[in-house]
Amino acid sequence: MARSVTTKHKVIATIAAWVVALIIFFPILYTIITSLKTEPEAIAGFNLIPSFTLESYITVQTQRDYFTPFMNSVIISVGSTILALIVAIPAAWAMAFSPTKRTKGILMWMLSTKMMPAVAVLVPIYLLFRDFGLLDSRIGLTVMLMLINLPIVVWMLYTYFREIPGEILEAARMDGAGLWQEIVHVLTPMAVPGIASTLLLNIILAWNESFWTIRLSTTNAAPLTAFIASFSSPQGLFWAKLSAASTMAIAPILILGWFSQKQLVRGLTFGAVK
Amino acid sequence: MTLKTVLLGACSALALAGIFSTAASAETLTIATVNNGDMVRMQGLTSEFTKANPDIQINWVTLEENVLRERVTTDIATKGGQYDILTIGNYEVPIWAKQGWLLELNKLGDKYDANDLLPSIRGGLTINSKLYAAPFYGESAMIMYRKDLFDKAGLKMPENPTWDFIGDAARKITDRKEGVNGICLRGKAGWGENMAFITALANSFGGRWFDEKWNAQFDQPEWKAALTYYVNIMKDAGPQGASSNGFNENLTLFQQGKCGMWMDATVAASFVSNPKDSKVADKVGYAIFPVKEGMTNHGNWLWSWNLAVPASSKKADSAQKFISWATSKEYTQLVASKEGWANVPPGTRTSLYENADYKKAAAFAEPTLAAMKAADITKPTVKPVPYTGGQFVAIPEFQAIGTNVGQLFSAVIAGQSTVDDALTAAQTATSREMKRAGYPK
Repeated sequence: MARSVTTKHKVIATIAAWVVALIIFFPILYTIITSLKTEPEAIAGFNLIPSFTLESYITVQTQRDYFTPFMNSVIISVGSTILALIVAIPAAWAMAFSPTKRTKGILMWMLSTKMMPAVAVLVPIYLLFRDFGLLDSRIGLTVMLMLINLPIVVWMLYTYFREIPGEILEAARMDGAGLWQEIVHVLTPMAVPGIASTLLLNIILAWNESFWTIRLSTTNAAPLTAFIASFSSPQGLFWAKLSAASTMAIAPILILGWFSQKQLVRGLTFGAVK
Repeated sequence: MTLKTVLLGACSALALAGIFSTAASAETLTIATVNNGDMVRMQGLTSEFTKANPDIQINWVTLEENVLRERVTTDIATKGGQYDILTIGNYEVPIWAKQGWLLELNKLGDKYDANDLLPSIRGGLTINSKLYAAPFYGESAMIMYRKDLFDKAGLKMPENPTWDFIGDAARKITDRKEGVNGICLRGKAGWGENMAFITALANSFGGRWFDEKWNAQFDQPEWKAALTYYVNIMKDAGPQGASSNGFNENLTLFQQGKCGMWMDATVAASFVSNPKDSKVADKVGYAIFPVKEGMTNHGNWLWSWNLAVPASSKKADSAQKFISWATSKEYTQLVASKEGWANVPPGTRTSLYENADYKKAAAFAEPTLAAMKAADITKPTVKPVPYTGGQFVAIPEFQAIGTNVGQLFSAVIAGQSTVDDALTAAQTATSREMKRAGYPK
């Protein structure tokens, strides 16, 4: 029996939701506000009313090229996501529908690689990249980001696939569907919300990744994370410029997230209610 | 075909096309640098160099100082060869040169006047009579003070100020109601942050990091006197939350008229005297870094940002050609003609301080030169030491040790520790780390 919800509860829940949303969004909002301040204003202390100057945006545009790192970010994040899905869909299918006694262990092992501090493997990875000629290359960064996000992609897809009744796949097999047809024509369409949310989340993760993208690129493959990092200064004021660069770097992914929020929410809650 | 399919197809094609495309590579120099004003200016003027040298193209990699240091170290140690020119400090130059990581700069050209480089700066970049880096700009430390507040308090800055005078003046100027702090000093933890100032202060008090056998010296009375002085003056006349203040935070406070005095890098003078950013631009006076009564040691703060060629570069000749241009007298004149004499990179060449136009445009020229001449990194303090370096110790272990000690000292001004406890902890930690690193060597 459904619990009755009073107006008072609704109001409290709405206010609580707004407060939480504002707290989560506030750092981004303050970055945007700071980008519209002058440098002395930006460092003067907490102030929500900027002087609405575009000075920092003009300086950022004048000092550095935005388009090349932007294109690099698009290529690396979209490319790594597509590669990750190509690898992860068959892997998650195998683990969801043909589990063995080691499946759980393998999944945990995959996840455990995310628990290791990235800096611990910096030198070996750097040497591998050097020897394969991948330093400062988009293909190198694409493969790297695909690898570091792969455990999360496999885990998410595995969780979604588990929600799909195995009987449907069995029925497809009975009707003569081969393995490839089963994955492409039966499984994938049913898991579209899950795959879509995995894709979007992985693009966001790849877009924001800074440790490897800054350390394995110099100029040709440097994405927007390197663009932001270049505005920090040990001597001189830089907060407004840094905020302007950050706003320019996060704007595309914010817009993508805004327009795809329905898919994201649908995917993330997929299978939550049976 | 739906719009979705078209978009997905376009994204995939874009991604794959981008992944497999590679940039054409001619004789392109990749230069790693930090985002300081002088470096940014140099990037803007690079077209002048490429016009004269059409066979050379320049790519800039600008990073935050610590990330740059880490990236460059990784690349050099693994012989990655990603960079042709590095922007590094005079802390790294002797250490990296001894490791064989840097090439000797012996192709700077006949016109390059190396003898014009300030001896103190050149000395820090020369190992076994070979120059391993060319200075782009240099700095020491000095006092920047508010002449109007000094006048109001009936004070006059002496030609050779002592720490006692500075302490008294700072307390006299402090006006908490008006938001004026007598003095602003670095408090943020870090070997290049608070420890730069505190080491220079301790040097002038007669303290040293290590004795001739590399034993830590924090248990000596000179360190206790210096740290007690620093903590007391910050308590009585420093800004609130000083343990978080580094160069940039103090710069802002001073520019907004909230500091009576600020002791920091000489390069700050051009910022505080710039009317565009500073409310007190016309009220700033300059004086040499203080001494302790009865002593002549001005702390020996000396820093330079330098251009060097890593041993892994395959374009060493072109790289030296660029370095020769960027650190030449002609470059200084180019900046002066485009942006005025006050904006030329300071602290590297004697000729700059003989230039009447520069002296007229930069009121801080004379005190800067005096501070740089007074600095001797081979004799940072009165007692003998086994190391070189003024506000740092030029050994690879110093970054970690200096930052650790910096955290201990920062905790004292944050009120979380005492001078005695911090010194005891610093002595224990430094001794342990030095033993682990195999000192004495």
